[in-house]
Amino acid sequence: MTAIEVRGLRKAYGGRDAVAGVDLSVAAGEVFALLGPNGAGKTTTVEILEGHRRRDAGDVRVLGIDPGAAGRAWRARIGIVLQTATDAADLTVTEIVRHVGGFYPDPRPAAEVIEMVGLTDKAKSKIRALSGGQRRRVDVALGVVGRPEVLFLDEPTTGFDPEARRQFWDLIRAQAREGTTIVLTTHYLDEAEALADRLAVISAGRIVAEGSPASLGGRATAEATVRWDGHAESTANPAELIVKLHAEGADLSRLTVNRPTLEDTYLTLIGESNRTGETAQNGETR
Amino acid sequence: MTALPSTLHNGLSRGWVELLQFVRDKTAMIFTFSFPALLLVLFGTIFGSDYNELGINGAQIFAASMIAYGIVSTSFITMGIGLAVDREDGTLKRLRGTPVTATAYFIGKWIFVAAISLLEVAVLLAIGVWGFDMPLPGDAGSWWTFAWIFVLSVISCTLLGIAASSLVRNARTAGAILNVPVVALQFLSGIFINPITQLPDWMINLASVFPVKWIGQGFRSVFLPDAMVRDEVAGAWELGRVALVLGAWCVVGLVLCLVTFRWTDRRDR
Repeated sequence: MTAIEVRGLRKAYGGRDAVAGVDLSVAAGEVFALLGPNGAGKTTTVEILEGHRRRDAGDVRVLGIDPGAAGRAWRARIGIVLQTATDAADLTVTEIVRHVGGFYPDPRPAAEVIEMVGLTDKAKSKIRALSGGQRRRVDVALGVVGRPEVLFLDEPTTGFDPEARRQFWDLIRAQAREGTTIVLTTHYLDEAEALADRLAVISAGRIVAEGSPASLGGRATAEATVRWDGHAESTANPAELIVKLHAEGADLSRLTVNRPTLEDTYLTLIGESNRTGETAQNGETR
Repeated sequence: MTALPSTLHNGLSRGWVELLQFVRDKTAMIFTFSFPALLLVLFGTIFGSDYNELGINGAQIFAASMIAYGIVSTSFITMGIGLAVDREDGTLKRLRGTPVTATAYFIGKWIFVAAISLLEVAVLLAIGVWGFDMPLPGDAGSWWTFAWIFVLSVISCTLLGIAASSLVRNARTAGAILNVPVVALQFLSGIFINPITQLPDWMINLASVFPVKWIGQGFRSVFLPDAMVRDEVAGAWELGRVALVLGAWCVVGLVLCLVTFRWTDRRDR
C-alpha cells in the first residue's frame, strides 16, 4: 500500500523554483529520507505534504487524500515533529502532551508517550527548563501522541550532540517498528544511512537519485578504486587486480580498496545537478 | 474509529492552557495586568481630593473610566501580542498540524481574554471601592448595562487585536507598537482627561470613531451618579449609541480577522 504519492510537484517563490517537478512514492510502513543541501527544496516539499503550504502544480496524495484540501479527520492521522518550536515554555511536559493528545480521537496516554521518549523523570518539569535535546523529544512526543499513520520530521537532529542523535535515532526506529510510515528530511548522510529504508536526493528542487542507502546512485555496482605504492586504478573486480599485482611482485604494503561512500555518491550527485541546474537556469539567476 | 473531539471541547482545552501559561508568565502578568491598576492608583491619589459640587471626587471618575483602559489592555493588547507570539514560537504551526480548527483556537483565546478582563475589572473596582470610596450600583439594571458593555467591549477589542497582530512583524516589538494607538486613544477618549469636554472638538470627533470613548462613557453611566451626565459630550449617556458603535466594531473586527488571519507569517507562505 502507498502512503504518499507525489507527481510533478512544483512550488515557486517570487518566480524562483523551490520545487521543480518532484515525483515521490512512499510505501506504508517505510522510513523514507529526503536528503539534500540547504535550500534544495526539502522543507518546502515536506511542508506541502503536511498541508502547511500550498503547491503551484502537481498531484499530491497523503493517505489517499490531497493535503491542500484535507480536513480534521486527515490531520488526526498524521503527526508532525516541529523543528524550531519554542512554544508552551511555561507548561510542564505532562501538561502539553495531555493537552495536544486531547485533540485526537484515540490518543496514547500521556505517561506512555513520555516514557517512550525517555522523559519520565522530566514529566513534571516546565518545558522552559529542558535542554535542547529534551525539548526536541517533547516535539516527538507531541508528533506521536495521536497515533499517527504517517510521521513527518524536518531535520530533526540539527544541533544535537552525537549522543543525543543516537538516542533520537533509536526513538525513530521504535516508531518505525510500530508500523508508522516515517518521512524525514536531513542533510546528514549518516542519519539517512542509519534510519532510512529508502532515500531520495533532492537538489535545486529536483530528485536526482532515489534508492536504498546501499544502492543509491549505482553505489553498489560502482567500480572500486585500488591504490598501491603511489598507483591507483578503478576496477569492477578488485580481487582479480590484486591477484595480478601480487603475481607481478608489486609492493602491496599500503594497499587500499575503496568503494564510493554514501558521501562520495551524494557529493557527486549534488555537484552534477548544480552544474546542470546552473546552465539550465542561466539568465534567470543572478 | 472513535470520533474527533468537538471544536468546543478543543476550544475549552485551549482556554485552560492559555490561562495556565498566562498566570505562570510573570512579565505578562505585570505589564498587561497591573499597569491599568497602577495608573488608577496614581491618578486616584493625585485627583482623589478634588471633590466637585456633586460630591464626586476625581478618583471615582477615574476608576469608572479606567475600566475601559483595563479592558482594552487585557483584550486588544493581550490578543495582539499573544497572536504575534503564537505565530513566532510555533504554537500556531503546531496546532495547524493537529485536528484543531481556527475556531477552537479563537474560542480558547476568547475564554482566556474574557477571564483576565473580568479579573482586571474586579481589581480596578476593588481599588475604586476600597481605595477611593467609589459606590457600587445597587440595582440590577446597572449591572445588566455593565454586563453587555463588558461583553461587547471584550469581543470588539479582541477581534481588533487579532486584526492588529497581522500588522506586527515580530513578537518583541508587538507590545511597543500596539501600545502607541492604545495610549493615544486613552487621552483622546477622555479616559485620562476629565471631563472629556475639555478636549478640542476635533479630538473628540476623532475619538468618537473608535470604541474606547464609548466604553468609557458606558462604564461611567454604570458607576457614576446620573447627575454626572452633564460632563459628557452630548449631555447624555447615549447607551443606544454605545451599543451601536461597539456592535459595529465587532462586525468590522470580525471582517478584518477573516481577511487578515494567517496560521503562519507572511514569509512562510
